[in-house]
Amino acid sequence: MDEPRHVAIVGAGPAGLAAAIYAGRGRLSTVVLEKGMPGGQILLTDWIENYPGFPTGVTPFDLMQAFRKQAETFGAEIVSDEALAIAGSDGAFVIRGHNGEYRARAVIVATGSAYRRLGVPGEERLTGAGVSYCAVCDGSFFAGRDIAVVGGGDNALKEALFLTRFAETVTLIHRRAGFRGERIYQERVAANAKIRVLLETVVCTVEGQAKVESLTLRNVKDDTSSTLPVSGLFISIGTRPRTEFIKGFLELDEWDQVKVGGDMRSSVPGVFAAGDVSDACPKQVATAVGTGVHAALSVQEYLARLS
Amino acid sequence: MSSHLIQATDASFEQEVLNSSLPVLVDFWAPWCGPCRMIAPLVEEIAESHKGQLKVVKMNVDENGQTPQTYGIMGIPTLILFKGGQPVEKVVGFESKAKLLERIAKHV
Repeated sequence: MDEPRHVAIVGAGPAGLAAAIYAGRGRLSTVVLEKGMPGGQILLTDWIENYPGFPTGVTPFDLMQAFRKQAETFGAEIVSDEALAIAGSDGAFVIRGHNGEYRARAVIVATGSAYRRLGVPGEERLTGAGVSYCAVCDGSFFAGRDIAVVGGGDNALKEALFLTRFAETVTLIHRRAGFRGERIYQERVAANAKIRVLLETVVCTVEGQAKVESLTLRNVKDDTSSTLPVSGLFISIGTRPRTEFIKGFLELDEWDQVKVGGDMRSSVPGVFAAGDVSDACPKQVATAVGTGVHAALSVQEYLARLS
Repeated sequence: MSSHLIQATDASFEQEVLNSSLPVLVDFWAPWCGPCRMIAPLVEEIAESHKGQLKVVKMNVDENGQTPQTYGIMGIPTLILFKGGQPVEKVVGFESKAKLLERIAKHV
């Protein structure tokens, strides 16, 4: 088995890669485990226009490739593997992956988040047959169709706007009386003639034989039901943290996010968390970066105290 | 994104996939699709580890409209495993490698 690394970072999204840049520059031997492709959940969006330093916007793919390159430039090793379990304590941790074991003195959990499902009848059965969680991926299959988006945050508003490029109409469904997303997106949604907004409304079922044909909706204010014929439903109702492999190992909050202290430490000394998986990070690339950097700096302090 | 895997087209699909004596895993993808890019390295690893047992083929849905329509594809990435010209497994969206291998193991 290899010598233990100074730090193992789990996840190569914005938080993990930012941590890897700082760990590498701190001359820590650094391994980053990534189960898919470096970039993470942000790769699901089409365009980033609120990341500082890019006044005309940037594609998530380009931005994340640059992060990756910068992390590798400073010596971080990015390996393609998925963390399945973690064991050990203070200064000696072992992460088990599909392809091997990774030993490290400190760990940064930066596994990010995955999209949330609505949990209504028909949703799972019709996923890939009209139900989608990625407007960028699947929007073009709905050219000239009537579709719906459910959600009220930044991402739901962005997806609705993006989908107007293809769809004939987009019905934006949100359970609350107002949207949570950035005001600039709210203004664009209001100004877009293709988007119809249904507030205080929830999706009860997704109907269709082989593909999506309609939705059953319920107005939560007056408790009336209605049917909305659509051929697509894009679900954008937030994310859930990816904490399967650390459940029981360190403390999570009621949302399954890793509880962290001000220096990004978890309940287990030597294990830190950053980005969407932590309870300290609004779901933004810039805050993921900030917490990732902070975690890497805290690891350096922790290792200095160990030795 | 570069890939050394066979790129199937609407025109070559029958030959490459339906008439193949080996089971064929087809990765329906498009360049703009983030999760397609995430799953691509896993598909390549599977192609490498299953050499001789499984043929792995990619199809760009942006350039080929007919085949995705035939198989009712409305979301990508979609992976379909064909055996004897028939679809036997379908995976929509990003899946972990372990889960992909589990699905494939049933047929290969």
